[in-house]
Amino acid sequence: MQEITQTVTTIPIQHYVLLCTLLFVIGVAGVLIKRNALVIFMSIEIMLNSINLLLVAFSVYHNDPAGQVFVFFVMIVAAAEVAVGLALVVMVYRHTHSIDIDFLNRLKW
Amino acid sequence: MLTEYLFYFFSVLAVFASIMVLMSRKPIHSVLYLTLAFLAIAGHFILLNAQFIAIVNVIVYAGAIMVLFLFTVMLLNLNLAVEQKKTAIIRITAVLAAGLLFLTITGASKKMDLTFKQEEVLTQIGLVKNLGKILFRDFRLPFEVSGILFLSAMVGTVMLGKKTGD
Repeated sequence: MQEITQTVTTIPIQHYVLLCTLLFVIGVAGVLIKRNALVIFMSIEIMLNSINLLLVAFSVYHNDPAGQVFVFFVMIVAAAEVAVGLALVVMVYRHTHSIDIDFLNRLKW
Repeated sequence: MLTEYLFYFFSVLAVFASIMVLMSRKPIHSVLYLTLAFLAIAGHFILLNAQFIAIVNVIVYAGAIMVLFLFTVMLLNLNLAVEQKKTAIIRITAVLAAGLLFLTITGASKKMDLTFKQEEVLTQIGLVKNLGKILFRDFRLPFEVSGILFLSAMVGTVMLGKKTGD
């Protein structure tokens, strides 16, 4: 256990930056590529989680607990966002019998 | 040594699961892969000595939010629906744009000076006792406001989910 929890001394922070950037970019690509509203929500969750990981990594490397409290608030906002978003998805499905977001283009032009 | 292996294992697992969320055809497979990605990220939190965040991540994300997603997938019966894809040009452009974003951020972070002095590693800052003190001493107002946020989200969800008209 002593060995496991010494990540800070062995892994450089640049690796965390790279990993979180990769996860964030995967989320961005998902939002741009997919047409299914549910999968777009999941991509947004991936993006939020990558930011959480980066915040925790910097908080630990700086010995500052405020970063972890921020992650807590990010999780609160994400939970509220998912609840409202899924209710919206259900409502859209009731009206159009599909959750394809390309049908919802009436406000586009 | 073990720590490095675990770090790379969890990293590869998280990236693989995130990619599979986008690659799988059925929404229910996406949900399950997303749970895997969240568990891998919770493993990262444990490696970083952030035990409280790790547990909250498993409970809130892998527990509550994923159940909400699963309920929606089952409620709408989406497994039968064949998903339409965007046109090839839009997909290629999207992947290109994402790749450019990746290049930009990594290029910018190469220039950043990320070295900082670290006298000693405090292994206790991620525990509930410590975080609770910070939360209720320095972040009292945001904590209360997040309660109001939850209340309004709940009211909004009920309003949206209610059947109107009939």
